[in-house]
Amino acid sequence: MGVVTRAVRAFGHFWWDFLVGDTPELFVAMLVLVGVAFALRHDRIADVVLLPLLAAVAVVGSAWRGRKRPSRRPPA
Amino acid sequence: MSATIVLLLAVFGASCVEAVEALTIVLASGTTRGWRSAMEGTAAALLLLAVLVGGVGVPLVHYVPIDTLRVVVGALLLVLGLSWLRKAILRASGHKAKHDEDAIYQQTTASLRSGGTADGRRDGVGFAVAFKGVFLEGMEVVLIVISLGASQHKLGDAALAAAAAVVVVTAAGLLVARQLSGVPENTIKTVVGIMLTSFGLFWMGEGAGVRWPGSDLAIPVLIGIFAVVTAAGVALLRTQAGTPVAAPAGAPAANEGAAS
Repeated sequence: MGVVTRAVRAFGHFWWDFLVGDTPELFVAMLVLVGVAFALRHDRIADVVLLPLLAAVAVVGSAWRGRKRPSRRPPA
Repeated sequence: MSATIVLLLAVFGASCVEAVEALTIVLASGTTRGWRSAMEGTAAALLLLAVLVGGVGVPLVHYVPIDTLRVVVGALLLVLGLSWLRKAILRASGHKAKHDEDAIYQQTTASLRSGGTADGRRDGVGFAVAFKGVFLEGMEVVLIVISLGASQHKLGDAALAAAAAVVVVTAAGLLVARQLSGVPENTIKTVVGIMLTSFGLFWMGEGAGVRWPGSDLAIPVLIGIFAVVTAAGVALLRTQAGTPVAAPAGAPAANEGAAS
């Protein structure tokens, strides 16, 4: 593999890890937030209430998804 | 004015966290493979990072429309901030091992020792480990400096805040040697995660055309909201926690990606 190919792969890998990594739901949440911001930019109240609310739901929801679940297997 | 101070504090805090992580790797490389190679690797990485800030940040500020810039960097900061906050909530609630610099130091030194010693000569492994550690941790600092600096046309101030953090952490590292675990890294990360999320949401909204009440004064309000959300998230997940997750001896915390 050439140096350029390796550099491009490493660059792509860095951005994939940075943006998506093991929390794709946060990347999707960011896209939703940008969409909502543009869609509701003329509705001041909806935007300033909805944006922080959606961000809060995203982070708590993602943390909930990543929580350590107790094992359901009975002890051996 | 207040937004600038909060911005510089956010850059300083984020840079401190990343600098501690980079310094751990440099110390491990220096003590096992020789200081010459570790210092050369560090210097090369810092030089490359400075070139990135100048080469990418300055053209961004001058040639990209401010609203476009704010949407893009706001979105990037949001991803980074939400990711840091998620980890902070999981760590504080006992669902994820806390970042332990002592464990990372021991794991890195053990791994480097197994590859032999360099006997004071120039050592490719020591150079590569120090370069990679500083460059990868520094890339996040560069992103934060460019994002926060470019959005408010304070690139120079943001770069200075990051440089100050590196100097402070390096001086502290030299004074306390390997006791980097004494730095309240997890707490700093929580605070910086709250700041990055607040700045990201504010600027992404501004760029998209949202008019925040009170303009810049909305930033401290957002910081307060996300502080409450973080506390509530920790309280909620604590009700679900069994035994706290401890960092395994000699190993870094699991699932540490680029945005650690």
